[in-house]
Amino acid sequence: MPPRDSRSNCVSATSPRTVAETSVARLRLQGIRKAFGATQALRGVDLVLQPGEVHALIGENGAGKSTLMKVLSGAHAPDAGRIELDGQRFEPSDPLDARRAGVAMIYQELNLAPHLSVEENILLGSTPHRWGWIHRRERAARAREALAQLGADDIPTRAPVSSLTVARQQLVEIARALLAQPKVLIMDEPTSSLTRVDTENLFRVIRRLAASGVAIVYISHFLEECQALCSRWTVLRDGESVGSGPMEGTPVEEIIRRMVGRDVQDLYPRTPHELGPTVLELRQLGGRPKPESVSLSLRRGEILGIAGLVGAGRTETLRVLFGLDAWRGGEAFLEGRVDRGAEPCERLAHGMGLLSEDRKGEGLLLNRSVSENLLMTRLGPVTRLGWVSPRRVREQAGRWIGAMEVKTAGPETPVGHLSGGNQQKVALGRLLYHDARILLLDEPTRGIDVGSKASIYRRIGEAARDGKSVVFVSSYLPELLGVCDTVAVMSRGRLVASRPASEWTEHEIIAAAIGQPEPAATAGKPLS
Amino acid sequence: MPGLVRRWLDVVGPFLGLLLVLGLLALSEEARPFIFTGANFKVVLTQTVIVAIGALGMTLVIVSGGIDLSVGSVVAFTSVLGARLLVAGVHPAWAVAGVIAAGGIIGLLNGAIIAGLRMLPFIVTLGMMGVVRGAAKWLSNKQTVSAPEDSPVNAIMARVKPSELLPLPHGVWIAVALAALMAVVMNRTIFGRHAFAIGSNEATARLCGIRVRWTKLWIYGLAGLFFGTSGLMQLSRLTQGDPSVAVGLELDIIAAVVIGGASLSGGTGSVLGAMIGALIMAVLRNGTNQLGWETYVQEILIGVVIVLAVGVDRFRHARAR
Repeated sequence: MPPRDSRSNCVSATSPRTVAETSVARLRLQGIRKAFGATQALRGVDLVLQPGEVHALIGENGAGKSTLMKVLSGAHAPDAGRIELDGQRFEPSDPLDARRAGVAMIYQELNLAPHLSVEENILLGSTPHRWGWIHRRERAARAREALAQLGADDIPTRAPVSSLTVARQQLVEIARALLAQPKVLIMDEPTSSLTRVDTENLFRVIRRLAASGVAIVYISHFLEECQALCSRWTVLRDGESVGSGPMEGTPVEEIIRRMVGRDVQDLYPRTPHELGPTVLELRQLGGRPKPESVSLSLRRGEILGIAGLVGAGRTETLRVLFGLDAWRGGEAFLEGRVDRGAEPCERLAHGMGLLSEDRKGEGLLLNRSVSENLLMTRLGPVTRLGWVSPRRVREQAGRWIGAMEVKTAGPETPVGHLSGGNQQKVALGRLLYHDARILLLDEPTRGIDVGSKASIYRRIGEAARDGKSVVFVSSYLPELLGVCDTVAVMSRGRLVASRPASEWTEHEIIAAAIGQPEPAATAGKPLS
Repeated sequence: MPGLVRRWLDVVGPFLGLLLVLGLLALSEEARPFIFTGANFKVVLTQTVIVAIGALGMTLVIVSGGIDLSVGSVVAFTSVLGARLLVAGVHPAWAVAGVIAAGGIIGLLNGAIIAGLRMLPFIVTLGMMGVVRGAAKWLSNKQTVSAPEDSPVNAIMARVKPSELLPLPHGVWIAVALAALMAVVMNRTIFGRHAFAIGSNEATARLCGIRVRWTKLWIYGLAGLFFGTSGLMQLSRLTQGDPSVAVGLELDIIAAVVIGGASLSGGTGSVLGAMIGALIMAVLRNGTNQLGWETYVQEILIGVVIVLAVGVDRFRHARAR
């Protein structure tokens, strides 16, 4: 064991039984609430963890899991509610404070410095030194100790982290977290980029940690993993904890029912539209790094939804199709012609447009004006003899700002000054102004207000009525069921099912998205 | 309308800077009669031409999110090339065309490497800076090459009637005309708008179907034409090609562009601003000269002005965000 931290009063040495007898939970959350502006992200979360317990935290995308974890790890302060750690009030001022108090977090994205060695990474920020000179022997010893705790003594401590596989990098990250002698370890989707074998190894490590008294919050979409690993579960839905219980004796059906559990409201205005001939057909489309295999067909005037978990390859499917990612295999037929991929500029020229899920990073030129962002892909109509005409730019931009109901001080306002919803209307407006016949929309309503959502649903419906075809990727099932004609489900890089929206229930979609892990599908290359 | 005021400030900001500098110079009783004369303004404008024309190309490059460090070397190389062509008896018109084209070719080479190999512009043009400087020395045999005395090229930058403001040298008018042309190209052509888009966010530009790599190639090529033109002005001003001239010119040019409101991270910048930026630096140099201050004072002052100008810009935009 690394040297004991004097601040931690009762850590791993305390056996689970003693604590349970005194009935002080390791971690207790009561009525946690948190709002961001008008959005109530958490509206009452209760969670109890005993020492040595692996607790599954389950919920759909957007159910509030990440917000809850940010509250726990000190990144956000809750608006209301009480957190207790070993019976004492726990109010971390920032993530460092939380870590010192014994709550460590392993994020889905690894946080390592790839060029530095394993031991440097493990002791980053707590490097043993004397008057600024690094104590190399002690550093190596402490790194080895931490790795040994995980049963990963075979990782070379001098090697640069980038030379390790993703699974081993993850162990390095866990080893770093262990240095602070955590009482609670939170793991967010730790297996999303691991193979089957690596997942089994990780489970062994987690069980070992739990046996030493650490309480572990395990967040995962993969219910079968949770069943194999965890002793208890808690389901979050719409920012609330809606059930909790022992894993043994709870059927998966029960958990899924709690995850879905809401009524589909009639938020979704439907514009009547007719389906025409097939305009796009994919046969086992593959891309690098994803998807594995996607077959689908899209008809004129059809709104095709694609559901699936984060990381299932939905975004990548659109990107490969649009020419942003590399095409690996399979065939496509675009309006009857055989198609083997093309650059984005050719796609746009052929009338295909993509709305990026990453509005700020990719979708918009944030420091350029609304009009520039709207008209960028098709400057032809606003030019005269090859020169951009400011008058025509103003006219066209004004027309589309009106049509898209964008709230802006004027067409010259930098698009970064608008609200998220209005930014998204500009991004969608660009595709509609471009008059794209095939619209690939990736999470078009993510992170925007309800009013803007309704406005975007209406525009999508109108586009379909006008004979355009829409592929609508979303993690929010009610909107997919409410807006789409057809809903397809992707799971682990494959499109696994496709049916008319009316023949799906949310429950069935989730079951299909979670899927049974097939060795062939999970053994794929990890990202990066 | 705070938005309107802010945009108005964006346009007028550099002008205010120039007025401020002139105003400060006017405070000095003794220097005023020397600084504010037609003859002196003529000197200042003539001195600005080389930096100003270079700044036109640099504005385009910086707006697109790039940088070009090879300008000084290109100016030296093309001035030597021009002198040698004239000495060899090539018709002056062809010599001029050759000088400008040489700049363009070097620019295309920069662009081809940057776009083709997806390398950082800083590295590529840093390398090109060395290569071209070496080539200039090689071409000139490490010596200055005098242009023939009666060559019409010498007349481009010649100051006729040095004691009066007018007539200004042709070079000044050429710079003004090129600036006007460039302002229109950047704001009114699809190529120009695409340069802004690439600098603002390359991923978005690609998503919007812009052929990012081809556009970059042309950006560096066009900038190279301006740098070649700068070289021509250098040749005309000295009436000789000098392989060791214009060392560090690229930094003056970058400073002019940045003082004019461009961001080195790309996506913003204006031709007018860059021209004012070039003028501010020339006025400062000239003014402190007239005041009889040491050159090291100039250097310190100009350094301060660069940081100050960009600092003020940051401050304004930070509040806007």
